[in-house]
Amino acid sequence: MPSLGADMEAGTLVEWLKRPGDRIKRGDIVAVVETQKGAIEVDIFEEGVIERWLVEPGTTVPVGTPLALIAGAQPAPAAKVSEVAAIPAAQVPVAPSRVEQPPAAGPARVSPAARRLAANRGIALDGLTGSGPGGAIVSADIERAATGGGPRPAAPKRLDLAEMRRAIAAAMAHSKREIPHYYLCTTIELTRSLAWLQETNATRPPAQRLLLAALLLKAVARALGEAPEFNGFFTAEGFKPGAGIHIGTAIAIRGGGLVAPAIRDADKLSLDELMAQLRDLVARVRCGALRSSELSDPTITVTNLGERSVETVFGVIYPPQVALVGFGMPVERPWAVAGEVVARRLITATLAADHRASDGHRGAQFLALIDQRLQSPEAL
Amino acid sequence: MTNGVCEITYRDAVRESIREALLADQRVFLMGEDVGRYGGCYAVTKGLLDEFGSDRIRDTPLSESAFVGAGIGAALGGMRPIVEIMTVNFSLLALDQIVNNAATIRHMSGGQFEVPLVIRMATGAGRQLAAQHSHSLEGWYAHIPGLKVVTPATLEDARFMLAAALVDPNPVLIFEHVMLYNRSGLLSADEGPVDIRSAIVRRPGKHVTLVTYGGTLFKTLDAAETLAKEGVEAEVVDLRVLRPLDGETLLASVRKTRRAVIVDEGWRSGSLSAEISARIMEAAFWDLDAPVGRVCSAEVPIPYPHHLEEAALPQSAAIVAAAKAALGA
Repeated sequence: MPSLGADMEAGTLVEWLKRPGDRIKRGDIVAVVETQKGAIEVDIFEEGVIERWLVEPGTTVPVGTPLALIAGAQPAPAAKVSEVAAIPAAQVPVAPSRVEQPPAAGPARVSPAARRLAANRGIALDGLTGSGPGGAIVSADIERAATGGGPRPAAPKRLDLAEMRRAIAAAMAHSKREIPHYYLCTTIELTRSLAWLQETNATRPPAQRLLLAALLLKAVARALGEAPEFNGFFTAEGFKPGAGIHIGTAIAIRGGGLVAPAIRDADKLSLDELMAQLRDLVARVRCGALRSSELSDPTITVTNLGERSVETVFGVIYPPQVALVGFGMPVERPWAVAGEVVARRLITATLAADHRASDGHRGAQFLALIDQRLQSPEAL
Repeated sequence: MTNGVCEITYRDAVRESIREALLADQRVFLMGEDVGRYGGCYAVTKGLLDEFGSDRIRDTPLSESAFVGAGIGAALGGMRPIVEIMTVNFSLLALDQIVNNAATIRHMSGGQFEVPLVIRMATGAGRQLAAQHSHSLEGWYAHIPGLKVVTPATLEDARFMLAAALVDPNPVLIFEHVMLYNRSGLLSADEGPVDIRSAIVRRPGKHVTLVTYGGTLFKTLDAAETLAKEGVEAEVVDLRVLRPLDGETLLASVRKTRRAVIVDEGWRSGSLSAEISARIMEAAFWDLDAPVGRVCSAEVPIPYPHHLEEAALPQSAAIVAAAKAALGA
């Protein structure tokens, strides 16, 4: 069970999307788990063949519990067997089973009544999704299929906003209790960036146009390359730099709450790739289909309040990260240029940073680096 | 009891059934430990000594084997004895009389002798009487051919099962759960008689069958009520008779709901609940949508402390959980 944030203790396996025997590769989505952040798709870092499931759908297990066994990709006699768990958390003892359980499922289970009904009605069991105990196909599933309803769509539960609110409360209270925040603020001129965007987008159809948000994210990602002390985690051993630059992008959820899934290796993505990922993330946040890796490993968070909001945002760091960059809404304001007051489009960039990991001097340099990047948009 | 509807306890209903039997048939008499002057250890027979005299309400020595044996002899001799054993735990001292004599004489005599004996005993836990007074061993008796085993749970069954048992020419064991004696309710005069052959559906439902009897009936009905609030319609089958089991009623319900949870205060291992589960497997396997579930007592001698006793017994919350598990919910 991957850890999808410092506040997550357990998750419920909703559905397996791969079966034992299936070959999988890095990035494949193998399961759906239910967490306080809604239904999350578990993607995988391994290659190989699913040997067997270790956890049945419907089961709630602590973070760190292996969900499945994967036999190594090499068909060597001694195939490496590794366990799926995106972030190895503290070892959690497995609760002893109450009574003797039937052995963990191999192929999908079908109840006796469902088997008979399926045979009578000539319904193929392949591809049906079970709604019975442990995901077993039961007679009601056959009846649904027989009446043309098709297999029951795997219905990830709707996002529980109250549950998410509790998760946010826990994480933010933890942050404000533990993290000595310091805050810096600067105003960045957007003239060059906006002109470049206008020029670039002029020849593009609307679906492929770049938004300012993509430039801001890329500028932060590139700046982090020269300010690594803001990219990573604060652990019991002190600051630990992130293995890559994975920018958590705060996305508000309709009805309340927010999540900050990661755009991985944002510094290495082209602006077009970054924009595509951003669109994809927003769409998936809205329909509640995030992937575990996106939630498990942001190394910094960027919150961009965008149009129609406020000029300045001072964020709360999402532990165990050490920094949060905030952008307010772009505004047109009087601005002094070479002794003249002129109207300019400006944006306020703020930094909330963990004083245990960095100091204000470096924070100021980090914001200045972001500013510099935004003055050369063509180089982003 | 007067005509019309009256408020009555389970204890009163049993006493009334004994009174009625004593009045109806001069061959009927009651004997057991403390049934006369003391009025019965659960006060079921209070007042009967004064009303019927010491010939028909007989206090016995503390010797279960002796007075059960005497009951068998009286039954063979043409009487209709009702023998009370304080609790099923003490009946183990009379196992030889019950299992080797009462249950076998009809068969061993080629039908020449019948043993129209009724034995009443208290069973079950919940009154902090500790391990030697709290067990539910009725399932053991349900193992024995030649015996009939009944478990009245409702007021109506408490009031009328005795009459049916006395009519039966063979030994009948009546198990009264100790937690039922104080339950009260309305019993209408036009109720009864009842049979001692069939199980009964106490609450209809379509999603899962909860099979139970005796002391756990009301916990199970409570669980069904809780489930109903969550949209699960549980059907509650009261077995009433543990031997011979009414497979027809049981299986009809399971075939309808496709799921069964057995609730039994006995232990799981080698138990009546195991027998019921096996019968469902034998006769309704192809109708099942889920494995049969069981809610039974923890496999320990029933503890004395209240909280441990409660923890050891089947409770509504566990029944609700087992029903949901059968539904995959």
